[in-house]
Amino acid sequence: MDFFYILISAIMVLVLLIPFYRVLQGPTVFDRLLGAAAVGAKIITLVLLFGLVYGRVDMFVDIALAYAILNFIAVIAVARYFRFTSPARF
Amino acid sequence: MELIANILGVLFVLGGALFMLVGSIGLIRFPDVYCRAHAATKVDTLGIMLFILGIAFFTGFSLTSLKLLFVAAFVALTAPVAAHALTRRALIHGVKPWTRKGKEG
Repeated sequence: MDFFYILISAIMVLVLLIPFYRVLQGPTVFDRLLGAAAVGAKIITLVLLFGLVYGRVDMFVDIALAYAILNFIAVIAVARYFRFTSPARF
Repeated sequence: MELIANILGVLFVLGGALFMLVGSIGLIRFPDVYCRAHAATKVDTLGIMLFILGIAFFTGFSLTSLKLLFVAAFVALTAPVAAHALTRRALIHGVKPWTRKGKEG
Protein backbone atom coordinates (compact mmCIF):
# COMPACT_ATOMS: atom_id res chain seq x y z
CA MET A 1 0.00 0.00 0.00
CA ASP A 2 2.97 2.31 0.58
CA PHE A 3 3.84 2.01 -3.10
CA PHE A 4 0.39 3.32 -4.04
CA TYR A 5 0.74 6.33 -1.74
CA ILE A 6 4.11 7.28 -3.19
CA LEU A 7 2.87 6.75 -6.75
CA ILE A 8 -0.13 9.01 -6.17
CA SER A 9 2.18 11.59 -4.54
CA ALA A 10 4.35 11.63 -7.68
CA ILE A 11 1.25 12.02 -9.87
CA MET A 12 0.01 14.89 -7.70
CA VAL A 13 3.38 16.66 -7.96
CA LEU A 14 3.16 16.40 -11.75
CA VAL A 15 -0.43 17.73 -11.68
CA LEU A 16 0.73 20.56 -9.40
CA LEU A 17 3.18 21.78 -12.02
CA ILE A 18 0.36 22.52 -14.51
CA PRO A 19 -1.29 25.42 -12.57
CA PHE A 20 2.20 26.63 -11.66
CA TYR A 21 2.63 27.44 -15.36
CA ARG A 22 -0.39 29.75 -15.05
CA VAL A 23 1.22 31.43 -12.03
CA LEU A 24 4.34 32.22 -14.03
CA GLN A 25 2.66 33.01 -17.36
CA GLY A 26 -0.76 34.49 -16.57
CA PRO A 27 -1.57 37.74 -18.32
CA THR A 28 -3.32 39.41 -15.37
CA VAL A 29 -2.71 39.47 -11.61
CA PHE A 30 -5.94 37.57 -11.02
CA ASP A 31 -4.80 34.69 -13.22
CA ARG A 32 -1.71 34.31 -11.09
CA LEU A 33 -3.73 34.35 -7.90
CA LEU A 34 -6.14 31.76 -9.27
CA GLY A 35 -3.21 29.54 -10.18
CA ALA A 36 -1.70 29.99 -6.70
CA ALA A 37 -5.01 28.97 -5.10
CA ALA A 38 -5.11 25.87 -7.33
CA VAL A 39 -1.53 24.98 -6.33
CA GLY A 40 -2.47 25.33 -2.66
CA ALA A 41 -5.49 23.06 -3.12
CA LYS A 42 -3.20 20.35 -4.50
CA ILE A 43 -0.69 20.79 -1.69
CA ILE A 44 -3.49 19.94 0.80
CA THR A 45 -3.80 16.50 -0.79
CA LEU A 46 0.00 16.12 -0.81
CA VAL A 47 0.17 16.83 2.93
CA LEU A 48 -2.46 14.16 3.59
CA LEU A 49 -0.55 11.65 1.44
CA PHE A 50 2.63 12.38 3.42
CA GLY A 51 0.65 11.67 6.56
CA LEU A 52 -0.33 8.28 5.14
CA VAL A 53 3.27 7.48 4.18
CA TYR A 54 4.61 8.40 7.63
CA GLY A 55 1.68 6.72 9.41
CA ARG A 56 0.72 9.87 11.32
CA VAL A 57 -2.49 10.99 9.60
CA ASP A 58 -3.90 12.31 12.90
CA MET A 59 -1.13 14.92 13.03
CA PHE A 60 -0.99 15.79 9.33
CA VAL A 61 -4.74 16.35 9.03
CA ASP A 62 -4.41 19.36 11.34
CA ILE A 63 -1.64 20.74 9.13
CA ALA A 64 -3.88 20.23 6.10
CA LEU A 65 -6.75 22.07 7.79
CA ALA A 66 -4.45 24.98 8.69
CA TYR A 67 -3.17 25.06 5.11
CA ALA A 68 -6.73 25.17 3.74
CA ILE A 69 -7.59 28.06 6.07
CA LEU A 70 -4.42 29.96 5.08
CA ASN A 71 -5.15 29.40 1.39
CA PHE A 72 -8.63 30.88 1.79
CA ILE A 73 -7.45 33.81 3.93
CA ALA A 74 -4.71 34.69 1.42
CA VAL A 75 -7.09 34.93 -1.53
CA ILE A 76 -9.68 36.92 0.45
CA ALA A 77 -6.98 39.27 1.75
CA VAL A 78 -5.67 40.01 -1.73
CA ALA A 79 -9.20 40.57 -3.03
CA ARG A 80 -9.79 43.05 -0.20
CA TYR A 81 -6.44 44.69 -0.86
CA PHE A 82 -7.28 45.38 -4.51
CA ARG A 83 -10.47 47.09 -3.40
CA PHE A 84 -8.46 50.20 -2.54
CA THR A 85 -5.38 49.72 -4.71
CA SER A 86 -5.59 49.12 -8.44
CA PRO A 87 -3.13 46.56 -9.81
CA ALA A 88 -0.28 48.33 -11.57
CA ARG A 89 -0.75 46.58 -14.89
CA PHE A 90 -2.80 43.67 -16.12
CA MET B 1 -13.77 -5.66 5.27
CA GLU B 2 -10.49 -3.82 5.10
CA LEU B 3 -10.01 -5.06 1.54
CA ILE B 4 -13.32 -3.46 0.49
CA ALA B 5 -12.35 -0.21 2.20
CA ASN B 6 -8.97 -0.21 0.47
CA ILE B 7 -10.51 -0.84 -2.96
CA LEU B 8 -13.04 1.96 -2.41
CA GLY B 9 -10.24 4.25 -1.22
CA VAL B 10 -8.08 3.55 -4.27
CA LEU B 11 -11.04 4.19 -6.59
CA PHE B 12 -11.94 7.47 -4.88
CA VAL B 13 -8.33 8.70 -4.78
CA LEU B 14 -7.78 7.90 -8.45
CA GLY B 15 -11.05 9.65 -9.36
CA GLY B 16 -10.03 12.70 -7.37
CA ALA B 17 -6.61 12.82 -9.04
CA LEU B 18 -8.29 12.53 -12.45
CA PHE B 19 -10.67 15.41 -11.70
CA MET B 20 -7.78 17.56 -10.46
CA LEU B 21 -5.85 16.82 -13.65
CA VAL B 22 -8.86 17.88 -15.74
CA GLY B 23 -9.22 21.08 -13.70
CA SER B 24 -5.54 21.92 -14.15
CA ILE B 25 -5.75 21.41 -17.90
CA GLY B 26 -8.78 23.71 -17.94
CA LEU B 27 -6.77 26.31 -16.02
CA ILE B 28 -4.21 26.21 -18.83
CA ARG B 29 -6.51 26.00 -21.84
CA PHE B 30 -9.37 28.42 -21.13
CA PRO B 31 -9.16 31.93 -22.59
CA ASP B 32 -9.78 34.42 -19.75
CA VAL B 33 -10.00 34.84 -15.98
CA TYR B 34 -13.67 33.96 -15.64
CA CYS B 35 -13.49 30.70 -17.60
CA ARG B 36 -10.35 29.76 -15.71
CA ALA B 37 -12.06 30.42 -12.37
CA HIS B 38 -14.90 28.16 -13.53
CA ALA B 39 -12.46 25.35 -14.36
CA ALA B 40 -10.18 25.79 -11.36
CA THR B 41 -12.93 26.04 -8.76
CA LYS B 42 -15.72 23.62 -9.62
CA VAL B 43 -13.69 20.72 -10.92
CA ASP B 44 -10.91 21.11 -8.34
CA THR B 45 -13.41 21.19 -5.47
CA LEU B 46 -15.00 17.96 -6.63
CA GLY B 47 -11.54 16.43 -7.03
CA ILE B 48 -10.45 17.40 -3.52
CA MET B 49 -13.67 16.10 -2.00
CA LEU B 50 -13.27 12.73 -3.72
CA PHE B 51 -9.60 12.57 -2.75
CA ILE B 52 -10.22 13.31 0.93
CA LEU B 53 -13.10 10.82 0.99
CA GLY B 54 -10.72 8.19 -0.36
CA ILE B 55 -8.13 8.98 2.33
CA ALA B 56 -10.91 8.73 4.93
CA PHE B 57 -11.57 5.20 3.62
CA PHE B 58 -7.89 4.40 4.16
CA THR B 59 -7.80 5.62 7.77
CA GLY B 60 -10.94 3.80 8.84
CA PHE B 61 -13.71 4.92 11.16
CA SER B 62 -12.19 7.21 13.80
CA LEU B 63 -11.84 10.82 14.88
CA THR B 64 -9.23 11.31 12.15
CA SER B 65 -11.69 10.47 9.37
CA LEU B 66 -14.20 12.87 10.93
CA LYS B 67 -11.59 15.61 10.77
CA LEU B 68 -10.85 14.66 7.17
CA LEU B 69 -14.52 15.07 6.29
CA PHE B 70 -14.39 18.44 8.05
CA VAL B 71 -11.48 19.46 5.81
CA ALA B 72 -13.52 18.40 2.76
CA ALA B 73 -16.53 20.42 3.92
CA PHE B 74 -14.32 23.44 4.59
CA VAL B 75 -12.77 23.29 1.11
CA ALA B 76 -16.21 22.87 -0.47
CA LEU B 77 -17.45 25.97 1.36
CA THR B 78 -14.45 28.26 0.86
CA ALA B 79 -13.04 27.58 -2.62
CA PRO B 80 -16.09 28.97 -4.51
CA VAL B 81 -16.22 31.98 -2.17
CA ALA B 82 -12.55 32.77 -2.83
CA ALA B 83 -12.92 32.44 -6.61
CA HIS B 84 -16.05 34.60 -6.55
CA ALA B 85 -14.28 37.36 -4.61
CA LEU B 86 -11.33 37.23 -7.01
CA THR B 87 -13.38 37.36 -10.22
CA ARG B 88 -15.62 40.08 -8.81
CA ARG B 89 -12.52 42.17 -8.15
CA ALA B 90 -11.30 41.42 -11.70
CA LEU B 91 -14.64 42.58 -13.16
CA ILE B 92 -14.57 45.80 -11.13
CA HIS B 93 -11.03 46.54 -12.27
CA GLY B 94 -12.04 46.16 -15.90
CA VAL B 95 -10.81 42.80 -17.12
CA LYS B 96 -13.01 42.27 -20.18
CA PRO B 97 -14.77 38.93 -20.57
CA TRP B 98 -13.67 36.90 -23.56
CA THR B 99 -15.80 37.00 -26.68
CA ARG B 100 -15.78 34.91 -29.81
CA LYS B 101 -14.23 37.66 -31.93
CA GLY B 102 -10.74 36.30 -31.24
CA LYS B 103 -9.53 39.34 -29.31
CA GLU B 104 -8.34 38.93 -25.75
CA GLY B 105 -9.95 41.23 -23.24
